[in-house]
Amino acid sequence: MIRVELPFHLRNLARLSGEVELEVSEPITISAVLAALEERYPVLRGTIRDHGTLKRRPFIRFFACKEDLSLEPLETPLPGAVVDGSEPFLIIGALAGG
Amino acid sequence: MSKIRVLVGTKKGAFILTADGKRRNWTVSGPHFAGWEIYHVKGSVADPNRIYASQSSGWFGQIIQRSDDGGQTWNTPGSASEELKSPEGFPRGESNKFVYDGDAGTHKWYDGTQHPWEFKRIWHLEPSLTDPDTAYAGAEDAAIFKTTDGGKTWKELPGLRKAKGQLWQPGAGGMAVHTILLDRKNACRIYVAISAAGAFRTDDGGATWKPINRGLKSPFQLPDPDAEVGHCVHRIAMHPSRPDVLYMQKHWDVMRTNDAGGEWTEVSGNLPSDFGFPIDVHAHEPETIFVVPIKSDAEHFPPDGKLRVYRSKTGGNEWEPLTRGLPQQDCYVNVLRDAMAVDSFDPCGIYFGTTGGQVYASANGGDTWNPIVRDLPAVLSVETQTLS
Repeated sequence: MIRVELPFHLRNLARLSGEVELEVSEPITISAVLAALEERYPVLRGTIRDHGTLKRRPFIRFFACKEDLSLEPLETPLPGAVVDGSEPFLIIGALAGG
Repeated sequence: MSKIRVLVGTKKGAFILTADGKRRNWTVSGPHFAGWEIYHVKGSVADPNRIYASQSSGWFGQIIQRSDDGGQTWNTPGSASEELKSPEGFPRGESNKFVYDGDAGTHKWYDGTQHPWEFKRIWHLEPSLTDPDTAYAGAEDAAIFKTTDGGKTWKELPGLRKAKGQLWQPGAGGMAVHTILLDRKNACRIYVAISAAGAFRTDDGGATWKPINRGLKSPFQLPDPDAEVGHCVHRIAMHPSRPDVLYMQKHWDVMRTNDAGGEWTEVSGNLPSDFGFPIDVHAHEPETIFVVPIKSDAEHFPPDGKLRVYRSKTGGNEWEPLTRGLPQQDCYVNVLRDAMAVDSFDPCGIYFGTTGGQVYASANGGDTWNPIVRDLPAVLSVETQTLS
């Protein structure tokens, strides 16, 4: 089970509290987690990655195991601790704006 | 009992202000979608319980929200899992999916080069006059989209960008379709206005569009006095009974056309400044119009620190300041283009919101004003629903 933490506004939008737990089929990559997340919560489509291009939105960041994965290719496999559920995959709104 | 709903979009959420027909005691509901920019909230004339809202964020993009109970509860139409799969199992569109039709092409950039069209947000939502499931959405970068399924899916009407779109250029506020006016007498006719491209009209329901900017003068922006596009139109307004008569607040100049945009003439008259953003028309007097003069494009606040609505009862040229109840010293707020509306009570109510978070109301055609609320986030839009 993959654990995903969402930023405040996306939790509100998807009407959920706390972490999301997702079944994701292997290989477990950033892209695969996002696809599973969007399938469970369709309202999140377009909010983390663009419609069409599926590129990460500019002010969204991905973290796992204290590593910034934002600039990694979306097909990058996630760390073992995320795969075995001991660590969450973090989707974060970048510190930007005012 | 009659009732008024004022729908307010702000930089940090939506608010719904309600009162009875006397418009003295107000109830404030909100913030809805707290923390998000709400560019516009507008109700359907065909079904007043149906309200659409444009919710956006620099982080998370565009969301369309819909209420079917007058703003008490909200949903993102078309985002339930069962709605997203076609019978064959393929994903369908979503309410927040705004994709330009075909090859999006390019428009003019600030430096004069060509730049790809990039969707940023929806500035304005205009529900159909007859069908609550049909609505139009004005986008930045400038385009118009249409839904016929209550906001579940949106399709561009690409003919608009074919009206010399390659020559359109963003202004300081971006390049957006910020005004959409539907003609009550001719269902095929729609007007839009774009900063900084101008005004456009379709007579075939949105398939083809033509610029309607003849008579507009923008000497510093456009050296060509006959330029068909490129004018920075801030807002246009019409009275439903006379859809061929349009009023315009341009970047500079207040303008008027009597022939559906065939020719515009200036009606700025004795205004202290003809720069401004909103313009609106009295509900029962088609020649009575309202503007809020702003000092200049360099100083976006009222002249002399006095917040004054100006009213013309002659369709322009002769203007009177309306000041009773409005701050007449040390006031340096702005009133944005979508932040003024009228109700249809008699006497007519006028409403406007400021970048300082006040929403002012007049229940007597502008003679006197009172703040409904004083401390909202910066107001982006104001709309009304007069309910019987």
